[in-house]
Amino acid sequence: MEIVEILFTASFWAAAIRIASPLIFATLGELICERAGVLNLGIEGIMVAGAFAGWMAVYSGTGLWTGVCVAMLVGMLFGTLHSILTVPFGLSQHVVGLGVTLLATSSTYYAYRLALPEVTSPPKIEAFQPFEIPILSGIPLLGPALFSQTPFTYLAFVLVAVVAVILYRTPLGLAVRAAGESPAAVAAQGLSVTAIRMGAVIVGSGFMAMGGAFLTMSAFDSFFFEMVNGRGWICIALVVFGSWRPGKALLGAVLFAAFDALQIRVQQTNFGSQIPYQFFLMMPYILSILALVVMSRRAKVPAALMVPFNKGER
Amino acid sequence: MRLEPIKNPSLARSLLPPASALGVTVVIASLLAMVAGANPFSVFGLILEGAFGSKFAILETLNRATPLIFTGLAVAVAFRAKFWNIGAEAQLYAGALMTVLLGTGFLPWPGVVILPTLALFSILAGATLLLVPALLKTRFGVDEVVTTLLFNFIFLLFISMLLEGPLKDPMGMGWPKSARLIPEARLPRLVEGLRLHWGFALAILSAIAVWIVQTRSTLGYEMRAVGLNKQAAAFAGIPVNIVLVKTALLSGGLAALAGFSEVAGLKGSLTLDLSPGFGYTGIIVAMLALLHPLGVIVAALFVAGIFVGADSMSRAADVPTYLADIMLATALLLMVLAIMLTRFRVVRD
Repeated sequence: MEIVEILFTASFWAAAIRIASPLIFATLGELICERAGVLNLGIEGIMVAGAFAGWMAVYSGTGLWTGVCVAMLVGMLFGTLHSILTVPFGLSQHVVGLGVTLLATSSTYYAYRLALPEVTSPPKIEAFQPFEIPILSGIPLLGPALFSQTPFTYLAFVLVAVVAVILYRTPLGLAVRAAGESPAAVAAQGLSVTAIRMGAVIVGSGFMAMGGAFLTMSAFDSFFFEMVNGRGWICIALVVFGSWRPGKALLGAVLFAAFDALQIRVQQTNFGSQIPYQFFLMMPYILSILALVVMSRRAKVPAALMVPFNKGER
Repeated sequence: MRLEPIKNPSLARSLLPPASALGVTVVIASLLAMVAGANPFSVFGLILEGAFGSKFAILETLNRATPLIFTGLAVAVAFRAKFWNIGAEAQLYAGALMTVLLGTGFLPWPGVVILPTLALFSILAGATLLLVPALLKTRFGVDEVVTTLLFNFIFLLFISMLLEGPLKDPMGMGWPKSARLIPEARLPRLVEGLRLHWGFALAILSAIAVWIVQTRSTLGYEMRAVGLNKQAAAFAGIPVNIVLVKTALLSGGLAALAGFSEVAGLKGSLTLDLSPGFGYTGIIVAMLALLHPLGVIVAALFVAGIFVGADSMSRAADVPTYLADIMLATALLLMVLAIMLTRFRVVRD
């Protein structure tokens, strides 16, 4: 009974949207890469790098939005590395992706240790504050949940719409989707598959880093090791769950976050306190696997995903 | 630009790119050491000295290499068949879990009986754990990269649950730690007086065994064929899915031996910090070894040396140990590129 009551509280849905926000950014980023035909396993490390870069920028005195831009640029830097190795050189996307994750994570930790050699607990920053949208935030239940979030969360929702429009309503989007379905056709049109794919990976990696930055700049106000904690891998599952469509991916992220918010609250009920807390912490990962199992039969994978394209080769 | 295969690569073509990859890695690491305010020459000197400079250092490196040989083999076997097992970390813990479940008094047998039994059951545990992602792949087409990665998180939480619950040592002063193995269940030292246990010998033997399986058996041939071209392998009558499942069982079992060897040879009990990412580092080891089982031994010694050396360098020169991880990640990425450049030529158009 308690569980049903939780579902009707505004604070629950507000938490779900907050938990969903970083996932939305990173899932969107991965979706763009995969739509162009490149699996980006650098996502986990790029999120770590973004989380640190944005937070560090603000800590050293820049504004919050400048921090977001710094995070994005750092993400794009690692995206450039990933795309050079996987697109023109056509190297294994699995190996390069894991390598980029290792490189991004370890260089972030190295930078953290150099920047803050003597601290035991990382310093806090003045993070994004909730902004209540006039009128809309007055709607019962929906208002506090959707329209009293931080501007960083609103940006996530706006980006989903922008990416959806670009993917489905513009020649650029068509070119990106075609690069992931039938690169030879793109090349026959006189377009450069290499440029399209590299661009998609670089932009997508920028979004992933923004997802990481959301953790340190909006969800929390500080940087911790292990703070991304597998969220990147979950986003890869969310892309499959959302059948490579931005709208569905957004829905998947919110649904997933709702489960996550629910498990935190169930843990605190009488019933939940009798179950080991690790069981609840496992749920997001188990859910992701189940989602993959259910969706992977129906999902329409981009036909050229993980297939390198070498011009002049038939 | 586009890539053109080279028919008969010259000696320089085969050697220059990998050598440059290592060279560039060293240059990048030197720059990073300078950023940290240290002299790169002394940093590399300290790493070398910390890894191989004394009897103690060498033994420490060999000890650290032992689990990496197992996880490196696990990854090499799987990647050869293009089965992307990123879950060696979880399989390692599965082996360690089985070792403490059976080795803390449940089986009161003498060493010659209990040790092979523990090893065998560890292998079974690791193999079973990887069977799930393997079947999800062959039955439902679920990508194993994501499932094996997520399994790492799930299984570590499961271990944490056990260590704070039924497996918690009542004598452990409240720490989440399992009971200690009975003395019979501990792997003896290779040479009396030297801190190196039989796990190292087992790792070397496993590498040789994997090499024999890969080069001399039908399964080895089939795994290679599946890895090279699935469609062609299926066309040639190779049961692709069965080969993938067998590969997964072998890979999971090898990774689990790392857990067995760490618990029975080194630690004596199970804690949550048993592995500082040996499963993930195994991927680097396997790639640096070009997926060759005997190469895994050399690569594991190299990687272990860098880690052990970086630990002592960090204390002496005040450079964060993460320099070692950056070096390895850089070496991995550049090496993959270098290997490709030994076989292809970049042509401008």
